Amino acid sequence: MKLDSNIPEGPLEEKWSRHLKDLKLVSPNNKRKHKVIVVGTGLAGASAASSLAELGYQVSTFCIQDSARRAHSIAAQGGINAAKNYQNDGDSVWRLFYDTIKGGDYRSREANVYRLAENSNRIIDQAVAQGVPFAREYGGLLDNRSFGGAQVSRTFYARGQTGQQLLLGAYQSMMKEVHAGKIKNYPRHEMLDLVLVDGKARGIITRNLIDGTINRFEADAVVLCTGGYGNVFYLSTNAKNSNVTAAWRCHKRGAAFANPCYVQIHPTCIPVSGDYQSKLTLMSESLRNDGRVWVPRDPKDERNPTDIPEEDRFYYLEEKYPSFGNLVPRDVASRNAKIVTDEGMGVGETGLAVYLDFRDAIIREGKEAIAAKYGNLFDMYENIMDENPYEMPMKIFPAVHYTMGGLWVDYNLMSNIPGLFVAGEANFSDHGANRLGASALMQGLSDGYFIIPQTVGNYIAGEEFPKISTDHEAFNEAAESSSKNLDKLLSINGDKTVVEFHRELGKIMWDKVGISRSKEGLEEAIKQIRALRKEFYENVRVPGDSTYYNKYLEFAQRVADFFELAELMAIDALDRDESAGCHLREEYQTEEGEALRNDDEFSYVSAWEYGGVNGKLETTLHKEPLNFEFVELKQRSYK
Amino acid sequence: MSEMTINLKVWRQESAAVEGEFQDYKLSGVSEHMSFLEMLDVLNEKLIKEGKIPVEFDYDCREGICGSCNLVINGKAHGPKHLTAVCQLHMRNYNDGDTIVVEPPRAKAFPIVRDLVVDRSSLDRIIEAGGYVSVKTGSAPEANLIPVGQDSANEAFDYATCIGCGACVAACPNSSASLFTGAKLAHLNSLPQGQPEREKRTVAMVDQMADEGFGDCSNHAECEAVCPVGISISSIAQMRRDYMKALV
Repeated sequence: MKLDSNIPEGPLEEKWSRHLKDLKLVSPNNKRKHKVIVVGTGLAGASAASSLAELGYQVSTFCIQDSARRAHSIAAQGGINAAKNYQNDGDSVWRLFYDTIKGGDYRSREANVYRLAENSNRIIDQAVAQGVPFAREYGGLLDNRSFGGAQVSRTFYARGQTGQQLLLGAYQSMMKEVHAGKIKNYPRHEMLDLVLVDGKARGIITRNLIDGTINRFEADAVVLCTGGYGNVFYLSTNAKNSNVTAAWRCHKRGAAFANPCYVQIHPTCIPVSGDYQSKLTLMSESLRNDGRVWVPRDPKDERNPTDIPEEDRFYYLEEKYPSFGNLVPRDVASRNAKIVTDEGMGVGETGLAVYLDFRDAIIREGKEAIAAKYGNLFDMYENIMDENPYEMPMKIFPAVHYTMGGLWVDYNLMSNIPGLFVAGEANFSDHGANRLGASALMQGLSDGYFIIPQTVGNYIAGEEFPKISTDHEAFNEAAESSSKNLDKLLSINGDKTVVEFHRELGKIMWDKVGISRSKEGLEEAIKQIRALRKEFYENVRVPGDSTYYNKYLEFAQRVADFFELAELMAIDALDRDESAGCHLREEYQTEEGEALRNDDEFSYVSAWEYGGVNGKLETTLHKEPLNFEFVELKQRSYK
Repeated sequence: MSEMTINLKVWRQESAAVEGEFQDYKLSGVSEHMSFLEMLDVLNEKLIKEGKIPVEFDYDCREGICGSCNLVINGKAHGPKHLTAVCQLHMRNYNDGDTIVVEPPRAKAFPIVRDLVVDRSSLDRIIEAGGYVSVKTGSAPEANLIPVGQDSANEAFDYATCIGCGACVAACPNSSASLFTGAKLAHLNSLPQGQPEREKRTVAMVDQMADEGFGDCSNHAECEAVCPVGISISSIAQMRRDYMKALV
């Protein structure tokens, strides 16, 4: 497997602009002759699809939801970063780049991250022009707030619904192109396979989720924007239907999977309440602007939190990290929540929670000011927990939120399969070992609006596309194998439900491949995953059949793929004999309990090549070295 | 009291082509902390274990923002709790022994897919008709060149929060999508960016709504009462004013 990152030569700040000059163009008359498939309609997919269609390509879009507007980007709350420096607080493209690469614990490519920071400002311009109702100052200009991992205020927001508003902007642009006949949109279609002809991505196989038919679509390029794989943990802040299937099937066709072990555990989520729990709800990181995180100093303290005096409260983030305080990056905040609960200081019925307290902010600014900033989040909390956060501190705990790993891509966002592009959370490219808050929306839209439209054109201009039909042997083979997979799952007819298996898999992953990992635990996890996967294929019960709308059949095939991915995640975590960002190996910590990187040996992207599953996952590691020319690698410190 | 037994009457229908009916299920061990959809998950696990076909219903984010879920519970879209999507409704709102009737949102423009799942693509086609500002990627001016007063921005935001669930349609005696359509129009028409296409957009979206088989608004305001994000019917008034202006 050859992995060439294709990073352009030259000074950091000129790489993208020089590259744009070098990219090949497709003439306007020819663009309409080329078909591009976009799978997934979240921020990356909807923005890529609308932008490609505006350029003139024939675009087809696919999503599993009943409407393109429902992709899980909709749930992003807090905001989107951009280096506008409207606050005059010293921000710049360089500083956004630096914060992002440092936040990622120096495990991402300098060139990609710099380009992301450069594109950030145009995203805000684009969104405002679309009518995205960002928060504004009295004078009518855009407002900002602060987010973790930065000492400037660069986050643009639309109350606690920034993802919703940005996605609706991109979705509406996409629907504009549907109306113009430039996009053919296929909701409730799930991609089951990638079709390769002469080694190039030339189409996809989908299942129509309403009538169960297996369908074939051909194109000159495929852009995968199918999100992350956090649901491998069963409980996560992801939507219930978020899954890895499309990406994993591409991996099985030869696309390298990069850094699968980098999983972000978000520090501020509503804690688990019982076995029936189906998902976890995030409370935006923006709450840490005004909320103070604490636990009682005495593990046996059972007083009502409002009765606990200041001296008996352990504001552990403020004490340990005086300069960043409650605004340390997510990995640091999550890890410290685990440390204090492991030491018995956790609160709530399960002891697996810490307080996020707004008492002081309410005294300082008044209840109304706090309600104006966080009202919808407070309402959401009260609805779920049946407690009023204006009066009682919130109880929060970390939960799986975002996956930095994903399909390997080069600087053009193309995988190692020619013609297969990957954008948004589905790729691995920009966040390294930890993503900073308000950077996911930025990356999805940077990829979709400003990178994919250029790089897909460059690919199309440089290739020949012999005409193929969907009767081609490659389509037959892929369609048949997709059907067979479904039939196999339906034929097992065992005793345990898909959800039971998924929950068990999630528990293994959370306990051993979660916030902290050890060699011993990971080896144990690999054994347990293999055993449970074997049992799944012997004893799962999938109801009904494949000829109609059958949610549990969809789940079954997604869980089957999670079982393979889970093993790869543990293998990757075991290979990485260091700690970096969200990947904390217990064996590698500083004296103060921070992640201890090993730059000499692990300054690389792990890109795994699939070799089949036969009891165990066969996989081969390829390393893309990370070279740092412009920043100096340092031990991250937020003290 | 933490565990309840609930009597469910759930609408079952294999497809739009065949007739449906209510089926009764008795479900015990329901915790007050469960969400309504988690209660249905538990029912489905039980049905699968018994070798029966589970109940199909739409859901995704389970945080009240994606708009996928849309059940009519005891005759009310999204159930009894004001400003709450059904995925955020908790069983603590019910009592042991309660009978709960669960139906899909019913409207001509929402054909049934299976059980409680309906096809709401008619709402997408209303947006497709004009629910956007026609701005091409790359052509936007610097963001702060378009100042928007805080009040207008807040008003636009309030309308823009529509989650597209279709509860307004289910609640309306005329199965009108006026609140959905009005919300998008009020969002875009109240911003400077939305002015150039204001008239064209209004006419196109309102006409598309009629073409899809949604009824007209007769001011019952049932839509506002069930809307999980509290969209105001003043959006409908504004839509009508804009529509009239566009025609004269």
